[in-house]
Amino acid sequence: MQPEVPVLTGLTLEALTKRFGPVTAVDRVDLNVAHGTLVCLLGPSGCGKTTLLRMIAGLEEPTSGRILLDGTDITSLPAHRRDFGMVFQSLGLFPHLDVGENIAYPLRIRGQSRAAQNERVRQLLELVHLPGYADRPISKLSGGQRQRVAIARALALSPRLFLLDEPLSALDAKLREAMQVELTQLQRRLGITTIVVTHDQREAMTMADLVVIMGNGKVRQIGPPVEIYRRPADAFVASFIGTTNLIPARADGAQGAAVPGGRIPGLLLSQTSATLSVRPEDIALTDPESAPIRGEVTFVRDLGATIEVFINCEGTEIIAVEPPRERREIRPGARVGIAITPERCVVLPP
Amino acid sequence: MKREKPRSAADYLPVAFPAAMLAVFFGVPFGIMVAISFFRRVQGGFYEPDFVLANYGRFLSVFFGSVLGFSLELAALVAVICVAIGTPFTYLLTRMPRRWQIGWLVGLLAILALSEVIIGFAWSTLLSRTAGITNLLAAVGLVREAWSLSPSFGAVLTGMVYQAFPYTVLVLFAPVSRLDPSIVEAARTLGASPVRAFFNLVIPTLRNAILATIILVFVFALGSYLLPQLLGRPQHWTLSVLITDQAIYQSNLPFAAAMAVFLVLISLSLVGLATLLARREAT
Repeated sequence: MQPEVPVLTGLTLEALTKRFGPVTAVDRVDLNVAHGTLVCLLGPSGCGKTTLLRMIAGLEEPTSGRILLDGTDITSLPAHRRDFGMVFQSLGLFPHLDVGENIAYPLRIRGQSRAAQNERVRQLLELVHLPGYADRPISKLSGGQRQRVAIARALALSPRLFLLDEPLSALDAKLREAMQVELTQLQRRLGITTIVVTHDQREAMTMADLVVIMGNGKVRQIGPPVEIYRRPADAFVASFIGTTNLIPARADGAQGAAVPGGRIPGLLLSQTSATLSVRPEDIALTDPESAPIRGEVTFVRDLGATIEVFINCEGTEIIAVEPPRERREIRPGARVGIAITPERCVVLPP
Repeated sequence: MKREKPRSAADYLPVAFPAAMLAVFFGVPFGIMVAISFFRRVQGGFYEPDFVLANYGRFLSVFFGSVLGFSLELAALVAVICVAIGTPFTYLLTRMPRRWQIGWLVGLLAILALSEVIIGFAWSTLLSRTAGITNLLAAVGLVREAWSLSPSFGAVLTGMVYQAFPYTVLVLFAPVSRLDPSIVEAARTLGASPVRAFFNLVIPTLRNAILATIILVFVFALGSYLLPQLLGRPQHWTLSVLITDQAIYQSNLPFAAAMAVFLVLISLSLVGLATLLARREAT
């Protein structure tokens, strides 16, 4: 067997830090992105994700740390020499140029022939499903069409890295979901290394191969979306990705853990107290007489496809998602029993 | 933004006062000036009502033609220089930290508070042989001895650019600061250097604002009559200087009025032409 040699391919960030005066926007971020993957930087607004992306693009100078691409240090390479494609939140389309001229701009400034430019523009417009739009002025396009033009322009040079800063946030919900799927398919087809900044966890779940959760300038967890959903590293991540119940628990010394309203038999805690993260779909409603945990229903949200039941267990609110097929008679004020299996609990520090 | 059209006479009330002020203090005097330009001059500093075209006929000469030509050229040159320096300057200014921006703007506003006389004398001192900036060059040994830079065309131009520059920056400041920064950043990521992005994208995007500023500075510079006298030789005097000369020193008000009317008509038609050209190019 060969010894494992760390080969630096793809994008590597080493202790990347950015301070704005006294504020640390990005705090010692380490990250390795393999070629061809789609990474989502996910976090609440002000968590430093956009600053991190801008440093990768070369639009912001890191205070310290290094950025490497295939082992080459590009930390101090100016933005216009990096050959990355970037889609901005406000798109940054050139208002005085038409669609074709916008897309051809990077080709034009590199002195490509008129014919080569036109051919590439035609290809790219086909790629983003806007064939024949080359001569339209930007002002005559809808929001979704502008989005596509911005994407086509960023891809014009077949960039080494494709960066998107909240690319879909200006679109309405329905179009946004459609574009998420389309963008992901496009990325898979081109096999281009892509980094998307978003605050929308649904968007991250839809698109990402790898999700990087950020909070307060720090990376909180890195992993595939389902792993982050199933195994959140802390309460911040658990509550940011999807809906979760955070339940305080204590070891009860009898092969189980005490929780508000009852106990979870079989759950062994290594410390005396902990916080449990349990997804709503992992909470089963049972008969109150024999159930290990009891509570009172406070609200029922019937969304048709799912039914969310809000239960008050000695002051702690627990949300359970019921499969709609059964559609049991549950009303606010009713006493219900809850069963939680130990395997479905993620034990977090208290 | 959509505004409702005024429907009744009462809706026009808010503009009634400014309109009245404009009519009384601008419309009426201008009307009087137009009338006087057709009056007959009487020796001894007066005029009597008449309708003669002699006042207009008089400056259809090579001398007044060349003075008019020089005035227009000077004003256009001042406008172009101001915008050529002012656009990159304002662009950089809007990207500075707020504290620096305020400092610069206060400094520029301070220039507006200076009277044309003070600007003229300050520059004639700065450009003089005895106390001017050439003494600095002599002191560091770059040249053997100081010389005078004023009066000259360069001195007139410098003084007028100095005077018009704050207006240029103030007019450009709003449109430049409204510029979407992601346009330039997008260009950077697409491979354009900062300088290239400025010329490829910032200038074309600001085209209308730049054109409007050129027109404004042009009209402003056209009215300058003190600086050419303080910093220039007689061949650098503008039509405004001649108008002042006729009105005050020669006491020939009808001729001065005719020249003033002519100047207004010429500048109005030039401004109209520029606006028309801009509109045609935009569509």
